[in-house]
Amino acid sequence: MDEALPRSLTPGVLGVLVRRGADFAAAEDAVQEALVEAVRVWPTAPPRDPRGWLITVAWRRFLDATRADVARRRREEIVEAEPAPGPAATVDDTLQLYFLCAHPSLTPASAVALTLRAVGGLTTRQIARAYLVPEATMAQRVSRAKRTVSGVRFDQPGDVATVLRVLYLVFNEGYSGEVDLAAEAIRLTRRLSAAIDHPEVAGLLALMLLHHARRASRTAPDGSLVPLAAQDRSRWDTGAIVEGIGILRAALARDRLGEFQAQAAIAALHADARTAGETDWPQIVEWYDELARLTDSPVVRLNRAVAVGEADGPGAGLAALAGVDPSLPRHTAVAAYLHERDGDLARAARLYAEAALKAPNLAERHHLTREAARLNSRRPEGQP
Amino acid sequence: MAKYLLLKHYRGAPEAVNDVPMDRWTPEEVTAHIRYMNDFAARLAETGEFVGEQALAPEGTFVRYDGEGRPPVTDGPFAETKDLVAGWMVIDVDSHERAVELAGELSAAPGAGGKPIHEWLELRPALTQPPTVGE
Repeated sequence: MDEALPRSLTPGVLGVLVRRGADFAAAEDAVQEALVEAVRVWPTAPPRDPRGWLITVAWRRFLDATRADVARRRREEIVEAEPAPGPAATVDDTLQLYFLCAHPSLTPASAVALTLRAVGGLTTRQIARAYLVPEATMAQRVSRAKRTVSGVRFDQPGDVATVLRVLYLVFNEGYSGEVDLAAEAIRLTRRLSAAIDHPEVAGLLALMLLHHARRASRTAPDGSLVPLAAQDRSRWDTGAIVEGIGILRAALARDRLGEFQAQAAIAALHADARTAGETDWPQIVEWYDELARLTDSPVVRLNRAVAVGEADGPGAGLAALAGVDPSLPRHTAVAAYLHERDGDLARAARLYAEAALKAPNLAERHHLTREAARLNSRRPEGQP
Repeated sequence: MAKYLLLKHYRGAPEAVNDVPMDRWTPEEVTAHIRYMNDFAARLAETGEFVGEQALAPEGTFVRYDGEGRPPVTDGPFAETKDLVAGWMVIDVDSHERAVELAGELSAAPGAGGKPIHEWLELRPALTQPPTVGE
């Protein structure tokens, strides 16, 4: 059985239950149970109408749970009094769920967990494993999140930017368990992009595809980092690159630029170069200028300094870096790189060693330590 | 089986015998060291003695309750003076002797010049319930 099928139906089914009057938290529980049942039953008895099957089973579960709970008697009456559902507007429901799961009242971590469960159809165990936390921790986070949004009305328009931020958070988590969160984020963004016509949704989808296309070349077999310039470009997924660039072009043509489109444009320029030397750095700098205008983010200015260093030489890069807050993560690593290219090897080595201590993960720490070692072992002993 | 915490220190532990800062090694020596550590953890996972590990950032903060309605006191990072743990690994082994043996093995990771680094690791047993006497 295609495991992705029941999961892809989750938001539609959940939407129908909520429209029929189930409160969000109870409906979500019922749909999860129906999904588990589907995985058990479908391989031997595939339903003719999978969506209808899931709605029926989930609704029955919801009613059972509601009836079993005496304290919920009153809600049951409301549910029973509710008129029969009309034709379900699946697309709208899906969108509403995205908005609900990314609701501003949720912390980013809770929004991510709820999105993966309610929209993505993942089980709590799968989400817990992907985030390397105990299942009980994740279960608590999910139910807290459900309680937080259960009072939110289901028909209010939401903020697309918040949804996109949550999806990008999921994407950046990468993969560590049985679930590939980057692939999951792409799947969810793809569906969102089918449900809503918005250039930034397309921009995020393009950005994810373009990053994902280069994933295989980003680490060596032993897990160590391979910098962009040293990557084996024949291992890039050209299909994903072509698709990403196509989506981006269509989005840019609409002339409603946003930060994800601009980031995707930079990723597209990297993906377009057959060798690192052919990279169109001047155009990348222009896109960073656009991004800086759109976001005014210090991280953008840090990345821009790297691009300026490639386009106009390390001196210009260092000048651009001078205006960036030195306490930013990776600032020291960027400074080390630019000083090395500028020929100041002693200073670069010292900065690489310092950057290694501040690295956010072991792969980066090892990479930066090796860079420091490379420069230090090149210079004769005793020389500063 | 008993659990032990193996602590690697940034500072605070006695000096390693082969005490050369890592950025003064050759890149090959760095790679060999990292491979040794990874292989060590993988082997323990196979024997069922590996529980978990985590590298820690070089700075930490002490925190203390400061009374009703007041924010907790922090001492700020004292990176220069205090004992700094660089990372931990938890192992689950049959005996204290086995824990010491494994810590020794980890301390023999290759360092500068390809020679064992001989660094000091702190080994701390986790508290456990005394075994219940059966009928």
